[in-house]
Amino acid sequence: MATVLEVEGVRKQFGGITAVDGVSFTVEEGEILGIIGPNGCGKSTLFNCILGQLAPTAGRVRLDGMDVTGMNPEQMNRRGVSRTFQLLQVFPELSVRENLILAGQEHQGTMLSRLFGARDAGLTAAADRMIGFFRLQHLADTRAGGLSYGQQKLLDAAMAFMAGPRLVLLDEPAGGVNLTMLGDLKERLKAMNAEAGATFVVIEHNMDFVMSLCTRVVVMAEGKVLAVGTPAEVRANPAVIEAYLGH
Amino acid sequence: MNTSRFDAVFATLVLGAVILWFAPVGMGRYGTYVLSLWLVTAVAVMGLNLTLGVAGLKSLAQAAFMGIGAYATALLTTKAGIGWFPAFAISGALCFAVGLLLGFPALRVKAHYLAFVTLAFSTLVWLVLRNEQWLTGGVFGLSNIPRPVIFGIKTDNALPFHRFVVVVTLLLALVLWWLVRSPWGRAFLALRENPVRAASLGVNIRAYTLLAFAIGSAYAGFAGALYAPLVEFIDPSPFQLSASFFLLLMVVAGGSGYQLGPFVGALLGVVLPEWLRFTGGLYLIIFAAIVIGLLIACPQGVLGLLERGWAAVRRRPMGSNPPVKETA
Repeated sequence: MATVLEVEGVRKQFGGITAVDGVSFTVEEGEILGIIGPNGCGKSTLFNCILGQLAPTAGRVRLDGMDVTGMNPEQMNRRGVSRTFQLLQVFPELSVRENLILAGQEHQGTMLSRLFGARDAGLTAAADRMIGFFRLQHLADTRAGGLSYGQQKLLDAAMAFMAGPRLVLLDEPAGGVNLTMLGDLKERLKAMNAEAGATFVVIEHNMDFVMSLCTRVVVMAEGKVLAVGTPAEVRANPAVIEAYLGH
Repeated sequence: MNTSRFDAVFATLVLGAVILWFAPVGMGRYGTYVLSLWLVTAVAVMGLNLTLGVAGLKSLAQAAFMGIGAYATALLTTKAGIGWFPAFAISGALCFAVGLLLGFPALRVKAHYLAFVTLAFSTLVWLVLRNEQWLTGGVFGLSNIPRPVIFGIKTDNALPFHRFVVVVTLLLALVLWWLVRSPWGRAFLALRENPVRAASLGVNIRAYTLLAFAIGSAYAGFAGALYAPLVEFIDPSPFQLSASFFLLLMVVAGGSGYQLGPFVGALLGVVLPEWLRFTGGLYLIIFAAIVIGLLIACPQGVLGLLERGWAAVRRRPMGSNPPVKETA
């Protein structure tokens, strides 16, 4: 199995505060890697450093062996890395279908061909497949801002898959999602991983969700990696139990 | 979103053009002039509606760009002696290019930076128009601006020129209608709605921001190219900062982001003062009260109000439709 993402000694300082302190790990092709840790341990900051939303103070990020440190989010996305956000990030005034078409359109052709080519560049069919996959059929023409929180989370995830990404980083996909929807989301993500061969990195607080979804887990505390292993190994690790799983 | 090839906006534009073609018959010179001025203003507002209403960028220089277009057309058709059509194209291209240049520094910082840059630019343009007398004629302006000749037909009289304005406005409105429905239009909307998410989906924020601003500015240039032969005499005063604010107000009053909004906004801005003329000195106060009342009642402008009413009549599950949904 090939290594998709390699994070090496990434550090991020905000003034005197070190949010991420020398984090290293790798993501293998086809796996679902979970990143867990208490609030404020630097998980989201780490994501932002990987995706170019923030420039890391030190360390390297490699994608398929190529150094992509310091690339902006748009360039990362063009290289097949997409993401979802912790807080809702859809386009509220566009319909569900238009949100998905938008999520795919910049990966086809050039600026000029997008202007003079077909209005949807054949993406309506792809968007409808994605809508079907996430079971949002009845909401396809609804404006995204009118969806429930859980439905917007599903749409957010669906948008991340529109361009057939190589690697998807999901930032707390389960946060605020009700139990029924949660089962749905997990099952859809597993199916996407199995069918499309997409590789995932998931930040999550919901232990059951992470432990049942992920093949491997990175545990973070105070900006550092505390432990790496399968869900079972991590659960049995005394340092992890003390720092996080607790008491 | 409506995926049919043509829609209600398209139909309204074409039908409106047919009505306006015949409207001024028997209206007299001044009435015809006001109608033409309404359409010319609507072209400038259309451009600003793309920049602000669709892409969410705050520009305070639309009247200044209109001034650049008007002066370029006036100088090219009087001093350089070239025809109106190439002058029109050059005016638009010039404003597009200046828009690109002006947009670059504004991209370095987000949010209100473009507003500040265009504010300064607006003042700069006005100073150049007023002080560079050798080129612009200063406060005395430029006069004897010729009206275009189309296939040997002169448009010197009010009615033929009005019809010419109707056709050009229709064409410009249709191009914008097509643009907003294209993938570019979708990307422009994404800029307004959520630039961070857009970037994470591979949308080239920098390129689309520049394009939205430059295309919007080019429309001001086109409006200026129509304005110069309409009034036949131009001076710096209609291109001041206050005029840019007024165009901004027309975007909002008509319905920001709605494709037919600019026509309603320009109607309020250009024709309503004429209708209120009988009130004498009170007209500005009444006009201001109407606009304030409208914005309190409906921040989405006149078209937002119409759409809400329409939705209530049809009792659709979705009460408030998004701007630029083409069923406006």
